[in-house]
Amino acid sequence: MTSIRINHEKIVNAEELPKLCPFGAIEQNERGQIEILPSCRMCKMCIRKGPAGVFELDEGEVVQVDRSAWQGILVYVDHSMGEINPLTYELLGKAGEMARKTGQPVYAVMAGDGIRELAPELGHYGADKIFVYDFPELRHFRIEPYAAVLHDLILKEKPSTVLVGGTTVGRSLAPRVAARLRTGLTADCTQLDMQANTDLDQIRPAFGGNIMAHIRTTRTRPQFATVRSKIFPTPARNPEPGGEIVLCEISAEKLQSPIQVQAVREKARVTSLEQADVIVACGRGVKQEKDLALIHSLADALGGAVAATRPLIERGWFDPRVQIGLSGRTVRPKLLITCGISGAIQFVAGMKDAECIISINKDSTAPIIKISHYALIGDLYEIIPGVIELIREKSPVLA
Amino acid sequence: MEIIVCIKQVPSNSNVQVDPKTGVLIRSGIETKINPYDLFAIEAALRIKEKTGAKIKTISMGPPQATEAIKEAFSMGIEEGYLLTDRGFAGADVLATSYALSQGIRKIGLPALILCGKQTTDGDTAQVGPEIAEFLHIPHVTHVLGISGITEKAITLDHDLQDHIQTITVPFPCLLTVEKDIFQPRLPSYLLKQETARREIAQINLADLDDKNEQHYGLNGSPTQVVKIFPPLNDRSYEIWEENPEELSRKLVQLLSSKKFIQVRS
Repeated sequence: MTSIRINHEKIVNAEELPKLCPFGAIEQNERGQIEILPSCRMCKMCIRKGPAGVFELDEGEVVQVDRSAWQGILVYVDHSMGEINPLTYELLGKAGEMARKTGQPVYAVMAGDGIRELAPELGHYGADKIFVYDFPELRHFRIEPYAAVLHDLILKEKPSTVLVGGTTVGRSLAPRVAARLRTGLTADCTQLDMQANTDLDQIRPAFGGNIMAHIRTTRTRPQFATVRSKIFPTPARNPEPGGEIVLCEISAEKLQSPIQVQAVREKARVTSLEQADVIVACGRGVKQEKDLALIHSLADALGGAVAATRPLIERGWFDPRVQIGLSGRTVRPKLLITCGISGAIQFVAGMKDAECIISINKDSTAPIIKISHYALIGDLYEIIPGVIELIREKSPVLA
Repeated sequence: MEIIVCIKQVPSNSNVQVDPKTGVLIRSGIETKINPYDLFAIEAALRIKEKTGAKIKTISMGPPQATEAIKEAFSMGIEEGYLLTDRGFAGADVLATSYALSQGIRKIGLPALILCGKQTTDGDTAQVGPEIAEFLHIPHVTHVLGISGITEKAITLDHDLQDHIQTITVPFPCLLTVEKDIFQPRLPSYLLKQETARREIAQINLADLDDKNEQHYGLNGSPTQVVKIFPPLNDRSYEIWEENPEELSRKLVQLLSSKKFIQVRS
């Protein structure tokens, strides 16, 4: 097995060695001997940064997949209530971009009941082949039949990469099938690229966005990645239809599930934050709940949506569905105005890709400034009323 | 009826940074706690126990210090704890972690119900629960919003599907990952903490598992590899405006007009 070996005879200064390990897994025991504890994450930092020769890697045998046997990028089509989730197009756009580099096909797979008429639309977004599993048993999302469908297609088509949207369905389905295939899955990727040898470069945040990790799945196929909505731009819809539609068969037995669906109810429709072109977001700089009227007026004047940071959600001032950030929504509107938001990294993770970011904040050292395209240093209570008034003067709609 | 709750010990805060020069992870302190999302799974288990008299066990994979997290679970009312620990588990990604946990759960004995939190605060992947279920060949449901009924044979629950909610009945054995706020987690009890201070925590090592093949665990069993870690990039150019409020309002509206965010009266 791969492990780290300690060459005790090369140790000069044993006291210094525990400091090398970011996970506290190097310890000097009571006999003064250096040990590696089970908390070792095999980050190999001790090998790279430690005194030469003290820590060495013992390579185990590596089983390597034949990469050439797995070709193509497969996108799982997320849909609900007869509508394709726009996230699917974002994934198809990214898949197309990567496929052009490596000359691979782009596949899409959809599962559901009465969904085949949705399939042609995927061709407008660059899917070369669209595999459709259209069966009454797939009417409701239940894990076993959905996993069976995705697994079935992967075994038949052998795609090199599988991209799944980070929706509630995707986050349930992708790990299930990745485990069945004993392959790697990287969750919530924020950047993807492809090497010439079809290895997928995956970048994702960890530790609440405080660090970024670059991850590859080199030994197994396919490589699974999930991506949340609005991470990648929506590609332009090609007016020409395209893509071959393949209606797939699967044995009835694989569509069985012991899970019984008793009822399905729709959640109250709020215009989803992800769809808004203009968002006005507010944070702790707003002192009282009644002051939110100011924020709403600004959003109304711009025809935009209102969003908030986590502290305001926790105060109960907003529905959690309008929270921007790592534990909320990821947005990339054309315009985002932040009011009284300092820019904690968790918030920034959910909005940094907005096309134009304007921040209004009193603190000239707040982290939000470096994220903004335009940073206004000042009191939102003094700036926003003037803005609303000036917009009203200009705009016929609101006058 | 038995329930196993999977828990993880995580750093107390996520204020880790990467030294931009050396690429070394800098952590402020090494204080740890139970992954906050796991508290909701523990609470859900305790509520089910109140209704059914189920016995609740917990399993955690981690270094020997992770017994602290298990003790904390004891002080909330969990009855038995197992620590899955071995140097052979080091460097495990989602797949190798889930596989080791599934093997550990088999060792303890497959219960009717396995509960997990929605995700951890250090890895943030939310993928370990479904992978454990796959390795155990049992159904799973993620994003569980609430539990509305439980019998000897099955559990009825609300499953969040983003724009709609499914009410489903899932037969045992099954695995659920619960949303935060499914129940308000209770505080640890001082009395229980005293009572359970010496309660034994069984250790499960690689050699205790059915599958003892080292290639299936730790770094060897991990198909994903971290190529590197680095601090989030920020190379955005930005303008800072520091005029008086009236001037700022005027400039902002001018900017918004020039970018066509305001419909100007013709």
